[in-house]
Amino acid sequence: MGSSPETEHPVKALGYAARDSSGVLSPINFSRRETGDEDVRFKVLYCGVCHSDLHSVKNDWLNAKYPMIPGHEIVGVVTEVGSKVKKVKVGDKVGVGCMVGSCRSCDQCDADQEQYCSNLVQTYNSHADVTYGGYSDHMVCNEHFIISWPENLPLDGGAPLLCAGITVYSPMRYYGLDKPGMHVGVVGLGGLGHVGVMFLKAFGVKVTVISTNPNKKEEAVGKLGADSFLVSRDQQQMQAAVGTMDGIIDTVSADHPLTPLISLLKPNGKLVLVGAPTKPHELPAFPLLFGRKLVGGSLIGGIKETQEMIDFAAKHKITAAIELIPIDYINTAMERLQKSDVRYRFVIDVANTLKST
Amino acid sequence: MSLDLEVVTCQLHCSLPLSSFQDSTFVLFLTQNIPTPLPLSYRINSTFPHVTPYVIFATSLYLFYTTHKLLRQKHFPPPPEASSMAKSPESEHPIKAYGYAARDTSGVLSPLTFSRRATGDKDVRFKVLYCGICHSDLHFVKNEWGVTTYPVIPGHELVGVVTEVGSKVEKFKVGDKVGVGCLVGSCGSCQSCANDLENYCPKQILTYGFPYHDGTRTYGGYSDHMVADEHFVLSWPENLPLDSGAPLLCAGITTYSPLKHFGLDKPGMKVGVVGLGGLGHVAVKFAKAFGAEVTVFSTTPAKKQEALEGLKADHFIVSKDPEQMKSAASSLDGIIDTVSATHPIAPLLSVLKPDGKLVLVGAPEKPLELAAFSLIAGRKIIAGSAIGGLKETQEMLDFAAKHGVTADIELIPIDYVNTAMDRILKSDVRYRFVIDVANSLKAP
Repeated sequence: MGSSPETEHPVKALGYAARDSSGVLSPINFSRRETGDEDVRFKVLYCGVCHSDLHSVKNDWLNAKYPMIPGHEIVGVVTEVGSKVKKVKVGDKVGVGCMVGSCRSCDQCDADQEQYCSNLVQTYNSHADVTYGGYSDHMVCNEHFIISWPENLPLDGGAPLLCAGITVYSPMRYYGLDKPGMHVGVVGLGGLGHVGVMFLKAFGVKVTVISTNPNKKEEAVGKLGADSFLVSRDQQQMQAAVGTMDGIIDTVSADHPLTPLISLLKPNGKLVLVGAPTKPHELPAFPLLFGRKLVGGSLIGGIKETQEMIDFAAKHKITAAIELIPIDYINTAMERLQKSDVRYRFVIDVANTLKST
Repeated sequence: MSLDLEVVTCQLHCSLPLSSFQDSTFVLFLTQNIPTPLPLSYRINSTFPHVTPYVIFATSLYLFYTTHKLLRQKHFPPPPEASSMAKSPESEHPIKAYGYAARDTSGVLSPLTFSRRATGDKDVRFKVLYCGICHSDLHFVKNEWGVTTYPVIPGHELVGVVTEVGSKVEKFKVGDKVGVGCLVGSCGSCQSCANDLENYCPKQILTYGFPYHDGTRTYGGYSDHMVADEHFVLSWPENLPLDSGAPLLCAGITTYSPLKHFGLDKPGMKVGVVGLGGLGHVAVKFAKAFGAEVTVFSTTPAKKQEALEGLKADHFIVSKDPEQMKSAASSLDGIIDTVSATHPIAPLLSVLKPDGKLVLVGAPEKPLELAAFSLIAGRKIIAGSAIGGLKETQEMLDFAAKHGVTADIELIPIDYVNTAMDRILKSDVRYRFVIDVANSLKAP
């Protein structure tokens, strides 16, 4: 029986959805499941706009299921908890990031790396189950995937940490680029990059921002506290920095060459890709061999680590630089995002602007 | 007094003919390198003959030294460095040596008489007994990397017996069995050297074809003897065969080092080895010795029996067979990729588990195609590794001796070397040629 988004579940919900690959979002009435024993139901207060939302609504990754309600940087306040829930209670502030389910029994799940579970359920547009994300009035989610929100962490500025934050924090930890005194580069100064700079500085790391845009120098060094700035298309600047970095976090998803970045690494240096261009990279083998350098990837982080990251951010007062928008601005925001016209994340003021029609 | 000066330009040398003082004439000669003509000689007639000679002498001395100094500073080139002096391989050092060298990009090797330095304080001199033939030797003699200067004597898997040690050598004595691998020098002061990773020193000196500290080129192990700094000489374990152990000095350390560094040396780990040649077969042996479950990936189905029965690998997969590759999806902790021909890495990344590591030890010339998502979805790594430091090479030899790991070799006389090179090109060897140098390389 073809049940619609509006009828498939018992509890009414309201959101903004894309209907096709134009990616244009508009209001939608849909529905969510009842609060199960292990579920936490919460009213959405804020939701960050991640560049992945833009890719997804436009079907850039060829896996879109419409209607699609994006949003995986969600902060809210608990309205109901299932009988077995221990982590939070009604009235608590909570967050949900990119995952709402996993098998909970494979090696990856056991190692608190749910994001690498082959049965991962994403917060929206998931492969097997149909899920709807945070551009909506409320959400219900298994307790395991709920992040407890620290008292002193701003809800709006903190929301983007649930994707952008964990995406850069996790590889800094895993690849050991979090030791005081290290020198780490951050490629790209956007949603991921600007948060990356802040985390690295909090770790006591010397940070060089690498960008194609010389105009970002003032922001990088003056506002975000980066120690230096390299224009990646400037041969001389790049040459002067050869062999100086312990690691590089590459946040750029536009096509770009890796070879110049590899040359910036010291022996045993690590280039970590967190942005994913659509075309394959060209990877030369010799520079990896003669220096034992590596290129690694990283995808968000596990739930345990996401909680650790949120607590770290609260302690070190790290929040994203945001532009708060009403939900009906979302299509304009998406267009501006396409042109990188945002410093550095849009956050939707959901509770105050998503009204039932 | 009055002075009449007559200017005469002169050449070649300075002299002060004292006999001329009587008529107050002196001449300064200077070399041809002066760019502008200078008045160089003066015939001075003086009305005070008894004083004038002294004045002239003093003046001439002053002029002589001043001009001499100026000219030397501006016009005399600095003394040529040793390396730019045109000395032949035979005459550049005091000790005669002989070996097999390639003379041009044909890569054909033939006998060469050359010379090696005298044994310095920290040097170890040894007679070469065996030398393995590495595929790199073949690339190098044909100048495929564009860095070869001829004549070149390859060979960086040498085993020998010590004949002389310098006064400050502590680790070795005459009669000891020793090995030398791919390195004979490094800067000794950079971070890599400080961490026993001389192989990542930017000023490393390769065993053959490289400028040494004294500016002369190094010559490798296809030769009767060698002299090397003690730091770069390996102690040969008692019970490790000399002939089949020689290839460990390059092939062995090249595969041992990444297995250790990337944590693929724990019992029970699932390790893949791509390519079953000189590097690959030794990688299988080391991985098995570490207690790993080993899968060999090869494009040649015919190698299955050798892999499973000969080398005791646990599984064999034909990498071009999608079905076989699919059956191994997400199963391996790590892969050592020994293949230097261009090949796709996406299928290899797909057989890695999350957090898995693909380590390249063969170096394809053309860049590889890497889809970022294949690393991101699984936090996988692709890394490179090149030989190993001296400390680790010694550790590897000791490990090999303890666990009975040696290369599978075909022992050849040195005059077979060109045929051997042709066969290597066709991968027609199981799995390393080793030259029986001491028994087949005869003095000219």
